[in-house]
Amino acid sequence: MGFVAGNFDIAVIGAGHAGIEAGLASARLGCSTVVFTINMDAVGNCPCNPSIGGTAKGHLVREIDAIGGEMGKTADESLLQMRMLNRGKGPAVHSLRAQIDRRKYAEIMKHKLELQDNLELHQGEIVDIKQNDDGTWMLTTRLKASYCCRAVIIATGTYLGGRVYVGDVSYESGPDGIFPATFLGKALKDLGLSLRRFKTGTPARVLKKSIDFTDLEEQAGDEPVVPFSYDTLQPIQNKVKCHISWTNDNTKKIIMDNIHRSPLYGGLIEGVGPRYCPSIEDKIVRFADKPRHQLFIEPCGLGTEEMYLQGMSSSLPEEVQLQFYHSIKGLENAVVMRPAYAIEYDCIDPLQLENTLEFAEFNGLYGAGQFNGSSGYEEAAAQGLLAGINAALKVQGAEPLILDRASSYIGTLVDDLVTKGVSDPYRMMTSRSEYRLILRQDNADERLTPLGRKIGLINDDRWHRFELKQELKRKELNRIKDTVIPPTDELNEILVSRETTEVHTGIRLIDLIKRPQLNYEALISIDNNRPQLDQNIFEQVEVEVKYEGYIARQLTQINQMRKLETKRLPKNVDYNTIVGLRLEAAEKLNKIKPQNIGQASRISGVSPADISVLIIWLSQNHITKQTEE
Amino acid sequence: MENNTIAAISTPNGAGGIGVIRISGDNAITIADKVFHSNSGKMLKNFKGYTAAFGHVVENNEIIDEAIALVFRTPHSYTGENLVELSCHGGMYITTQVLRAVLNAGAVTAQPGEFTKRAFINGKLDLAESEAVMDIIGAKGKSAARAALACKDGSVSKKIDSVKDKLITQAAHLSAWADYPEDDIPAVSVENLRVSISSCLNEVEILLKNYDAGKIIKDGIDTLIIGKPNVGKSTLMNLLSGCERSIVTDIPGTTRDIIEETVMLGDVTLLLSDTAGLRDTDNPIEKIGVDKAKNRLKSCGLVLAVFDGTEELSDEDKKLLDKIADVPAVAIINKTDIDCKIDIDYVKNKIEHTILISAVNGTGVEKLEEAVSKITGVADFDPAVATVANERQRICAVNALCAIREALDALDIGMTLDAVTVSLEDGIQYLLELTGERASEVVVDNVFAKFCVGK
Repeated sequence: MGFVAGNFDIAVIGAGHAGIEAGLASARLGCSTVVFTINMDAVGNCPCNPSIGGTAKGHLVREIDAIGGEMGKTADESLLQMRMLNRGKGPAVHSLRAQIDRRKYAEIMKHKLELQDNLELHQGEIVDIKQNDDGTWMLTTRLKASYCCRAVIIATGTYLGGRVYVGDVSYESGPDGIFPATFLGKALKDLGLSLRRFKTGTPARVLKKSIDFTDLEEQAGDEPVVPFSYDTLQPIQNKVKCHISWTNDNTKKIIMDNIHRSPLYGGLIEGVGPRYCPSIEDKIVRFADKPRHQLFIEPCGLGTEEMYLQGMSSSLPEEVQLQFYHSIKGLENAVVMRPAYAIEYDCIDPLQLENTLEFAEFNGLYGAGQFNGSSGYEEAAAQGLLAGINAALKVQGAEPLILDRASSYIGTLVDDLVTKGVSDPYRMMTSRSEYRLILRQDNADERLTPLGRKIGLINDDRWHRFELKQELKRKELNRIKDTVIPPTDELNEILVSRETTEVHTGIRLIDLIKRPQLNYEALISIDNNRPQLDQNIFEQVEVEVKYEGYIARQLTQINQMRKLETKRLPKNVDYNTIVGLRLEAAEKLNKIKPQNIGQASRISGVSPADISVLIIWLSQNHITKQTEE
Repeated sequence: MENNTIAAISTPNGAGGIGVIRISGDNAITIADKVFHSNSGKMLKNFKGYTAAFGHVVENNEIIDEAIALVFRTPHSYTGENLVELSCHGGMYITTQVLRAVLNAGAVTAQPGEFTKRAFINGKLDLAESEAVMDIIGAKGKSAARAALACKDGSVSKKIDSVKDKLITQAAHLSAWADYPEDDIPAVSVENLRVSISSCLNEVEILLKNYDAGKIIKDGIDTLIIGKPNVGKSTLMNLLSGCERSIVTDIPGTTRDIIEETVMLGDVTLLLSDTAGLRDTDNPIEKIGVDKAKNRLKSCGLVLAVFDGTEELSDEDKKLLDKIADVPAVAIINKTDIDCKIDIDYVKNKIEHTILISAVNGTGVEKLEEAVSKITGVADFDPAVATVANERQRICAVNALCAIREALDALDIGMTLDAVTVSLEDGIQYLLELTGERASEVVVDNVFAKFCVGK
């Protein structure tokens, strides 16, 4: 016999990176929240790389932090090494990446959940989900405990219907040998969701003392460490180094000789793998002319000798793995502690979601993370945060939070998912944002902290610091506008050494900083009244001054885009009845149900001609007016 | 909004061997069946697409004409809809009778360009192609029609595609290099990038240049006849236009206003304006005309500066020569049938294209034709070479050009490559807009196709 174990505003299924942010946001916004994990020791687990951030992902972490999420803070607290990637390639693509102590990260996250008011963390596998007649949801655990709640966020990661593949061996499993969610998939199908199979994979972990580091290139962290979080006020230190090695002809030969034993190439795996995160056998097959591939050897933590081999994920049989790992310089005698594996799991087609991450057809049901067809811890956390906020706002009867493409990478991620859909696990990249000179990692707070404050996730202390920083930034911008530097020999020496033209009259400091060859650092000796400010302020001022023209143009593009976003499309229209729309377009529009013309124009298969038809139809039917009322 | 069935005479008005009445829309075949009786007795609704039948067009049991009916079924027709073409005898009377019968049977008159618009909406033509069709329909001369045809065959789209592909390749490389800093992507070579972007810039420039020449052929060139009073401007204008328009007298200043006339000079249509002379004057009415002429000098596409060969160059003439030195201009020395006193070498030294004519006798017009053809670029214009087709496309191409140039400038002044990438992507967007496609994912897809990336 089952029993009713509790009533909550919001239930979160899964306590990975999406579930954690969802649960914390919902609880912090005052909703009674329950978070379910299949295994209490798997909360905040990092089953793949021991790192947070990376290109575009680092932007996501910064944005999560700016709104009031937890990922950046915890990454800072468990930091092993921090690097700013892409220095020299331009401010739009600067990205932070942290190597983290994965056990410590998980421990801190779990502890934060435990300490959070309004939040209960439960170990339990959800096996059934039903919507009651009154619109509330009923979740049931394997132990037959039932929970009634007003909104549900599904964040099942790779657990849902998880199946692990190594060569011709396969078995039902979640990541890291934790058992999978076996029954929930059927319950979701019964509910009416359509599920699909995706796959991902992870490389082997090898024993540190079995690696010969002698001839391997070292990779150290950046000094001083730039933290992810605007709340990390104390300096943090790099604690470890990573190493680089390369595959060779022998590695390639071993893999090609055994390629038929890969479950992917043998046809066992039906799930679609991510394009950007190919296994080593994928890379060797697809890029046959490339003589060698790079790999990074990264420590998994301070309290362990396990080392992660980034770039070497595989689903070949263990004996083949041993052969090809041993073919690599430095790994000749490596002891493989955990073999590489591929994992296949159930997820949804995110076109079923609205841009609040709520299912269009199911009131109060939300999805986040890999369940939505994305990939990566950071993408998951970003969606978890948004889903958690929106579920809470919904329960409280407030307007939802919608982040558009121009606001953030989070908005871009969600818009891509719910508008374009995915054909393989979605990874964020800087090239996915058309507004990337505005969506920089250095100004995430400026873009999103006011929003986080408005929602209620930014506390007074943080808010005051933000306001102060903005004030200092304004002052600094004014200062460099008003400061005129005389054409001294000292200045011209700097200009010549930086290969830029000399000056013969006084020049404003701002006009010097504008020059691509110059920066704050180069001008320190002639800028006598420079105040003591946070490095981030100088960075932001410099970028805004240097890229002023580009930023202005992107702002114009944003305004144009937002104009189309205000032309709202009614929710209940059958696009098949609109004459002039091509069949393909009508089908896509019916499936995706875009909120507005702007979103419709981003749907693949909807042509500019279809958009003209829609605009004409809208104006003929005065629909715009009705929906705005 | 009902998708009604439209009909129109699709062949040109006037006498001709055959005339075609085109019917398009959901009910095209049903409507055609009402007016067309095949000799075999078979109804068109039982015909497959791409089949023809011989028979008669009949209304009220009266035969209007013999005709061949061609049946196209959706989506395999020009418009993408059900479509019937009735080919009957040519000539206004018969074709109008047939059209009237079709309209009486339930079709409505097609708006100009509506067949093409439907073809576009139904995805049968891309935007550039549809615009080209409209240009063929509206083309004034032979060269214009050939240029439009070259566009419809997709030569613009092909040209744009090649530029676009180059830009996308560069943008994809830049993106891969930025998004996968640890994936051993070959570093972006600024020099290669510069070479590749420059070649794109060049190609778009050519496209635009050809457009300008093409536009001159299609729409004509705004031409100003200018010169001192009484040097023979009005006579020249009359000579070119073949009729008396300007008031030609021997009293200086008789042409007070700007007079406009369209004339064909070889392949080029000149939109001629005859102006008042440029002399300083106290006469308030004449002064208005002089001021207007001075303004036009700045805005016109071609200047024909007329000088009196029987007089020496005055200061006023010399001033005029200086004024037109950097605008496209032909110096025309008139009245060469009488004694020549003018310093021809002085004029030639200032103006490359200097010719001698006698407007009164009508000699020297061929020389003028040659000079105009050279100046306007029409002499080198090859209508078969790709060019943008219209103003909308031109604006897209100009925007693309600006964006590409900006990318080059950014490279030159040492901006970071993320800024260069943003300009390149703007350029790509404008080119996609030009051809009416939209493919924001192209760069991303290219990253995966070309580079080996992953964790």
